[in-house]
Amino acid sequence: MKVHQLELRINNEKRMVVVRSADTLLAVLRRNLGLTGAKPGCLNGDCGACTINVDRLPMKSCLMLAIECEGKEITTIEGMHNTPMQQAFVEHFAFQCGYCTSGFIMNAHSLIHNRPNADNQMMKEWLDSNICRCTGYEEIERAVKDVLRKNSQIQ
Amino acid sequence: MRTVGSSVVRKEAWQKVTGTAKYTDDYAFAGLLHAKMVVSTMAHAIITSIDTTEAEKIPGVRAVLLGGSYPLVGEAIRDRPPIAVGKVRYHGEPVALVVADSPVLAKKAANSIQVLYEPLPVVNSATQAFEAGATLVHEKLGEYKRDNEIHPPIPGTNIASHVKIRKGDMEKGWQECDSVVEASVSLSISDHAAMETRCSIAEIGPDGKIKITTSSQAPFMVKRLISQYFGEDMGKIVVETPLVGGAFGGKAAVQLEILVYLASKAVGGRPVKLRNEREEDILTSPCHIGLDATVKLGSDRHGKIKAANIRFLWDGGAYSDKAVDLTRAGAADCTGPYAIDNVWCDSYCMYTNHPYASPFRGFSHSELSFAIERTMDLLAEKVGMDPLTFRKINAIMPGNTTPTRVLLNNSNVGNLPKCIERVHELIQWDEGEMIALDERFVRAKGISCSWKTSTIDPDAPSGVILTFNPDGTINLMSGVIEIGTGTKTVLAQLLAERLNMDVNNIYVKMDVDTQTTPEHWKTVASRGTFMAGKAVLQAAEDVIRQLKAIASCVLRAPIEDLDVADSRVFFRDDPGNGVHFKEIAYGYQYPNGNSIGGQIIGHGHYILRGLTHMNPETGEGRPGPEWTVTAHGIEVLFDRRDCTYKVLKAITVVDIGKVLNDKAARGQVMGAMSLGLSFAGRETFVFDSLGRVRNPQLRTYRPLHYSEAPEYMVEFVETPQIDAPYGARGVGEHGLLGIPAALANALSTAAGVSLQKLPLVPEMIWKAKEHVRP
Ligand code: FES
Ligand code: FES
Repeated sequence: MKVHQLELRINNEKRMVVVRSADTLLAVLRRNLGLTGAKPGCLNGDCGACTINVDRLPMKSCLMLAIECEGKEITTIEGMHNTPMQQAFVEHFAFQCGYCTSGFIMNAHSLIHNRPNADNQMMKEWLDSNICRCTGYEEIERAVKDVLRKNSQIQ
Repeated sequence: MRTVGSSVVRKEAWQKVTGTAKYTDDYAFAGLLHAKMVVSTMAHAIITSIDTTEAEKIPGVRAVLLGGSYPLVGEAIRDRPPIAVGKVRYHGEPVALVVADSPVLAKKAANSIQVLYEPLPVVNSATQAFEAGATLVHEKLGEYKRDNEIHPPIPGTNIASHVKIRKGDMEKGWQECDSVVEASVSLSISDHAAMETRCSIAEIGPDGKIKITTSSQAPFMVKRLISQYFGEDMGKIVVETPLVGGAFGGKAAVQLEILVYLASKAVGGRPVKLRNEREEDILTSPCHIGLDATVKLGSDRHGKIKAANIRFLWDGGAYSDKAVDLTRAGAADCTGPYAIDNVWCDSYCMYTNHPYASPFRGFSHSELSFAIERTMDLLAEKVGMDPLTFRKINAIMPGNTTPTRVLLNNSNVGNLPKCIERVHELIQWDEGEMIALDERFVRAKGISCSWKTSTIDPDAPSGVILTFNPDGTINLMSGVIEIGTGTKTVLAQLLAERLNMDVNNIYVKMDVDTQTTPEHWKTVASRGTFMAGKAVLQAAEDVIRQLKAIASCVLRAPIEDLDVADSRVFFRDDPGNGVHFKEIAYGYQYPNGNSIGGQIIGHGHYILRGLTHMNPETGEGRPGPEWTVTAHGIEVLFDRRDCTYKVLKAITVVDIGKVLNDKAARGQVMGAMSLGLSFAGRETFVFDSLGRVRNPQLRTYRPLHYSEAPEYMVEFVETPQIDAPYGARGVGEHGLLGIPAALANALSTAAGVSLQKLPLVPEMIWKAKEHVRP
């Protein structure tokens, strides 16, 4: 079994890991690094529960190999501290069981960063890559719109 | 009221938005072994051989388990081998279990196991199972142990149980009818698809102590069943449940816990984890029940329903587990929320070669509602009455009886006419049921009503313990599982309200373990707030009594003169004069050092009052405590050219009794509606002719996504249930119940043909329109 030693940049820290060629980033985050905020929901790219940010774009960590990630800037939910998106999710009750929440927040956080003027259609395109089975999505919509609105007021 | 009614932020909110909330699979430690199932590729077949030689050669494989030496399991009927023996009865059934050092090795070993099958004829639907001479799924049905003596299985058939409702005089009822309609509806098995797949960890200590960590709605049931099935001492079994990533009934069944217990046993008690991959979660673990129903309804000239004859054939799948209870619950409320004096219902739990069923949010009621509400629309049409008015004049009310002859009163049933009136306005019913926009597109509306009681075990318990911290804050321990419903936050609100204190000074233990948390039977059936809430209020009385007793010594005053609020005990007539909880909650110390009292620990418990078993011949009995009623409305935009549609609006008005936490309650109702739209509109297992499921992935079994959500309208009516905490009724499931029916009604109007099959995919609608036989 071939293993590799990698240096990953995760949440502004350098982390050394030893991984198999076939290890997904999700597996390495959860098992090697104890970053269990990204969740396995399908391991097939269908649910978005494993979403993290790679170079500030949302990525499904179940669809990336850890060895692809050297030199990239990885942010997981554990790297988010009291961000407007987290606050909005709390305020608007944008989760119930919470299992999809890390993925949704990472996706939405990246959305407001990369597309600060996102309209409804763009929000749909971005947020459609995640599944929430508990809420009716309306609370999530309100949370994300709230942050978008507040941001545009600041500008 | 101070706390009740306000949208208190969930106690675990910040854990959930920071990724620190822990679910079962998030627990890992050195030495943990991993199990992997080998599952059946056939729906019904004899296992001719299993070759494990290659798997056993792989270094790091610690055990390979095959069926044969384990007792049969199952809740109502012990009909299920934990690992298949001799033959398989559904696609996805476990046939072997491998334990290895890592998930990768376990999977590799599982893949190397060769299983050969000899196919048997497949029972591919409930209707087929019911036919005379049908292939038998269980040849030895009469020999199984069971705890269901009231509605036993019928050996020599595929009937796992037969529940009868016989109310009134059918002959007289039909004679009074001027219009009669009969409809057959069906819906196929589907899945809960909770985002967290099921996961369990087991470990057995040298002293025989069994520790199981599991994502479950029923850890206390896991403890009981492991004890019953395997003869283990109950006290030695400790089951822990951290946060659960959605459940919807699917985690009320006990399955992986059994497998992982056996796996740990096979490796000398070492800790073993078994986590479902999505495909296994869909195929192997219990799913959402299917139904083939026939409903005959008749009404008199004035549109008053006089008689109902209902036959339910539930597709319980290969093993009866919880399907027997689902069959009973469906019978108990079979008519939907309508006053009907003459009712005949046969509710059969059928064995088929499909994945077996566990509860699904609504516990048979969304399914039966689909059958009844489609027929209601057909009957309204025949009588020539507006469907909304027709429902209103037949709505069940205090003074009527249920199918099981429970007399309803102002407390045990909500106000359905009021719910209907609100839907009438919200959906703008008077504008017309269907409005053609152009050649192609129409807007169409459908409505439905539903109800539900919770047919849980009559002796189901719930308990609460309160302990104080030295600073006067309180810890609340309840066996309710936080599956996403926010019930534990609501419990804290109830306590804060009763003690008239700040809810932030109450800490809630989120995780449950069966050794130190008082039992809450199962976190199902929308009963958490009612039962645990009653226990909380009783525990509150207990601590108030203790606080006042010690304060009366300190303040040198009779107990009757004291009151409690804002974490203080004080004189009722002089509120400024008193003691803070922190001075007395851990005993009180006099200036000279003498001390009295000790840590205040309060408790409360609740058991449902006056429930009875159903009579085996007539169904008479009190199956549940109260009936929550709802009315629903749906508006669709329908394309007549290709039968595609978009749900524009979804409305639910529910008589909730009392809103305890507004945003949480709305979230529950909306979430349930979303689940209902998803299941009604698209979700089904696609079975091939051999009974195999062709779509066990979230890509092919696709729940509703963000962009597909309609506009939601949720409103509450508040008719208090007198014996419930602050009058609140169960509401966790009710947003879902009538949604499939309302969608089917709207689309039937739009398409101009009665749609009697779920899911309502365009192809099915097109076939119905064109009269193509499926
Ligand atoms: S686990 Fe990565 S998309 Fe589902
Ligand atoms: S909150 Fe449970 S899946 Fe989204």
